[in-house]
Amino acid sequence: MKDKIIMKEELGKILDKYPAAAFKGRKGHTLIVDQCLAPQEMVADTRTIPGIITERGCTYAGCKGVVVGPLKDTIAITHGPIGCGYYSWLTRRNKARKNEGEDQNFLAYCFSTDMQEADIVFGGEKKLRAAITEVVEIFHPKTIMICATCPVGLIGDDINAVAVWAEKELGVQTIAFNCEGYKGVSQSAGHHIANNGLFKHIMGTGDAPKKEFSINILGEYNIGGDGWEIERLLKIIGYNIISIMSGDGTVERLRSAHKADLNLVQCHRSINYVAEMLREKHGTDWIKVNFLGIESTIQSLRDTAKYFNDPGLIERTEELIEAELLAIGPKMEKYIEICKGKTAALFVGGSRANHFQGLFKELGMETVLAGFEFAHRDDYEGREVIPTIKANADNKNIENLVVERDEKSYRLILSEERYAQLSKEMSLNYFAGMIKVMNDGTVVVDDINHYEMESFMKLLKPDVFGSGIKEKYVIHKMGTFSKQLHSYDYSGPFAGFKGAVIFARDIAMGLTTPAWKLIKPKWKTEPMLEGNYIEEVG
Amino acid sequence: MLDHTPKECIERKAIVINPAKTCQPLGATYAALGIHNCLPHSHGSQGCQMYFRSHLSRHFREPVEASTSSFTEGSAVFGGGSNLKTAINNVFAIYNPDIMAIHTTCLSETIGDDIPTYIAEAKIPEGKFVIHANTPSYVGSHIVGFSNMTKGMVKYLSVNSNQPNGKLNIIPGFVNPGDMREIKRMLKSMGAEFIMFPDTSGVLDAPLTSNYNIFPEGGTRVEDIIDAGNSIATLALGSFASADSAFELKKKCKVPARTLLTPIGINATDDFLVAASRFTGKEVSMELEEERGQVIDIMADLHQHYHGKKVALFGDPDILIGLTAFLLELGMIPKYVLTGTPGEAFEKEVCPMLEEAGVDGKVKAAGDLFALHQWIKNEPVDLLMGTTYGKYIARAEDIPLVRVGFPIMDRGVHSYLPIVGYRGAMRLVEMISNTLLDRVDRDALDEDMELIM
Repeated sequence: MKDKIIMKEELGKILDKYPAAAFKGRKGHTLIVDQCLAPQEMVADTRTIPGIITERGCTYAGCKGVVVGPLKDTIAITHGPIGCGYYSWLTRRNKARKNEGEDQNFLAYCFSTDMQEADIVFGGEKKLRAAITEVVEIFHPKTIMICATCPVGLIGDDINAVAVWAEKELGVQTIAFNCEGYKGVSQSAGHHIANNGLFKHIMGTGDAPKKEFSINILGEYNIGGDGWEIERLLKIIGYNIISIMSGDGTVERLRSAHKADLNLVQCHRSINYVAEMLREKHGTDWIKVNFLGIESTIQSLRDTAKYFNDPGLIERTEELIEAELLAIGPKMEKYIEICKGKTAALFVGGSRANHFQGLFKELGMETVLAGFEFAHRDDYEGREVIPTIKANADNKNIENLVVERDEKSYRLILSEERYAQLSKEMSLNYFAGMIKVMNDGTVVVDDINHYEMESFMKLLKPDVFGSGIKEKYVIHKMGTFSKQLHSYDYSGPFAGFKGAVIFARDIAMGLTTPAWKLIKPKWKTEPMLEGNYIEEVG
Repeated sequence: MLDHTPKECIERKAIVINPAKTCQPLGATYAALGIHNCLPHSHGSQGCQMYFRSHLSRHFREPVEASTSSFTEGSAVFGGGSNLKTAINNVFAIYNPDIMAIHTTCLSETIGDDIPTYIAEAKIPEGKFVIHANTPSYVGSHIVGFSNMTKGMVKYLSVNSNQPNGKLNIIPGFVNPGDMREIKRMLKSMGAEFIMFPDTSGVLDAPLTSNYNIFPEGGTRVEDIIDAGNSIATLALGSFASADSAFELKKKCKVPARTLLTPIGINATDDFLVAASRFTGKEVSMELEEERGQVIDIMADLHQHYHGKKVALFGDPDILIGLTAFLLELGMIPKYVLTGTPGEAFEKEVCPMLEEAGVDGKVKAAGDLFALHQWIKNEPVDLLMGTTYGKYIARAEDIPLVRVGFPIMDRGVHSYLPIVGYRGAMRLVEMISNTLLDRVDRDALDEDMELIM
């Protein structure tokens, strides 16, 4: 890694190209890690500057696309013109299947009210009501989710009233999400809105039978089957998984989420609201886990077992770890041989740029740049900064549910002493953020944009850039391998022990595929002496 | 797969299920990428542009760079003027394109943002251009958006300066860079001079050289779009995506306009070459005539594999009209032809084609894939032709799929290769017959496996 003083100078040069206002807007979003200066403050979750080629999406994408969309047994109707529903249809790789006892999976379907000009002028509620009526007649869903797009809020369609109407007239529970794209500053506001809606209307309405070692997996979207792999491990140990929010998840299982003894939080950014609200209302603790990377997986499994403090669980956990390590055996080694000493840059979502660093480390690769698209300060600096995050015009208009303790269901599993002890040993109701795990001189960039990505590529020359589809082909055009860490380039699972091997294989494959060595044509690398040719021809 | 789709069709008036179209701004972005050194800009929430870029990148497997006004709740209430002016400043300062092509979204259209006024009030650097098109997402489809942005190019840029350039304008429509290259190759083969706009070849099929530039080599030069006002005539390929711009050019610059089918198949390619030849005075080359003869040869040799097979087709209107014509030339039966793009003109154009051929088929504009699937459940077909989304129906009903149109996100290379012209026809015959033959091989009993087919 380059010297941090040099890095700071280089960073200054990159930002200097911005016009004054844009410079002001961007300067706090980038820092060079310097653990001597800890805690280092990031600026995050602020407006994107107009005209910047941002990689961010909108509130609708966070609500419908990320959190609500993967719930397979509900019909999510996008109320708006056709585009939003269309683009969020099957594009995120949140896999789902009909498991035993499940009879509905609507994920291959896209439902839209396809608003037309007349609906914009005269209001779209009538069409939305008709759409719901038709959907109920054809599909008989148990629940319906209405997701709003930009014009809905502007023309004042009351989707909440329509939801109430649908429930009364058609007998189908219907939940409205006011996730218009212009709200908030990124997808993040949409996660919050989705968390609120599902917490308010779904969680706590179910009555699953009480079983020991009951958990929810929160913030796991089953991209490439990650959730299935995590579930497989946890089930072998003996946990009762009440619900998954929301990959391969169902609304019906989510109803009993409050019955869990513990919540495991994989993606902190998108789901911490629900984790906290379940804690406030029902007393359920959560721990921050990470099932990406072998070490992180082991740590997460051990933390979970330790929380329950059951000798059987602890023993089965160790047995499973041993068995899984034995099963992957030396498979990682040949990939490590290829990857070690190389560097990675990561720009993903609100958690993965953090989650994947350990996995790269296990391949012998240092992460030289990491950043999130829509994270908040706590994802960078740790939850301790939450009380100091200032409210602004954008985050103030996203509802913050006031949750009261439910005396009937509220229970604390840990004694005060044990709580204090475990808080020291694991991320109990806490997330440390990304910066603390990064090396001095590495770069952290929030809400990276095209210009900064190009500049940092030139400066840092990482061997792999882990990002999304919008960035991938830019990186490839530069002659560097890019791995999609949203969709996994249609591979996976990457979670757990076996997933780590698949990830290692993918990275090794991407680094060594012969294409990279064929970029320069021979006539540009070999001497082209005309004389020789004439001689030969002659 | 698609287990919840019932055979029984219930009339739907409100819900669209599994759309066969998307919104205008995507088409506007695609069109704008066909101008050299152009940055498309979406005036709306940033999520829109994120969706267009992702979707286009998935189809082309190429970088798609475009900026956005990044609306907040405040801009949605008070108007997006200040966002747009900031955006214009930043775009030229940071990315320095020759031209910025702004399209609107459902958000900015609903609040009634007046883009021309904002542009007039913005500081645009000397020698740079800013154009715009109104592309409300609640009207039409991505094809209409493509048409509107192309029309915007004419409105803002093209000038008749009374200096005839002897060139033929070509508006290719919403087709792949591979198709645009093929159209240009045919014209070059004739020695005809032309201006094609928009032209995404060299932009969305750029080579990997490790020298990345945000603006690739390709795209129509702004000066050529300006000069399009001095051309002999305009050939609009496809009435849905291209005709409006050709008529705008006729209105504004008095350039004669002619609308043709997208040149898919034999007759439509013949018509294109005849028109190009008449307007430019250049003869259709022997090279092209030879290619034509090769396709006819192939059609005669392979017809037994596809003749009489029933096909369900879906996608964008211009491509579907061309494909329907070609399938009829192949002796196939286009049983269902469905587009998501609205417009009676589609049914009016396709129905007579089927009637004339004696095909008892169904044709629908503003349709969706749920309806197409239900038709297939009620009366099956031998082959499905359309975009990636067709694979779910293909699997559910166990019918082979030929991928054609936009988007194809689960296969590569397609965007480099044409479906237009005789070469494109050759490729389509190969795809159709191979797909059907792969199926025959798959289904054959051991004793029925054929070495030679």
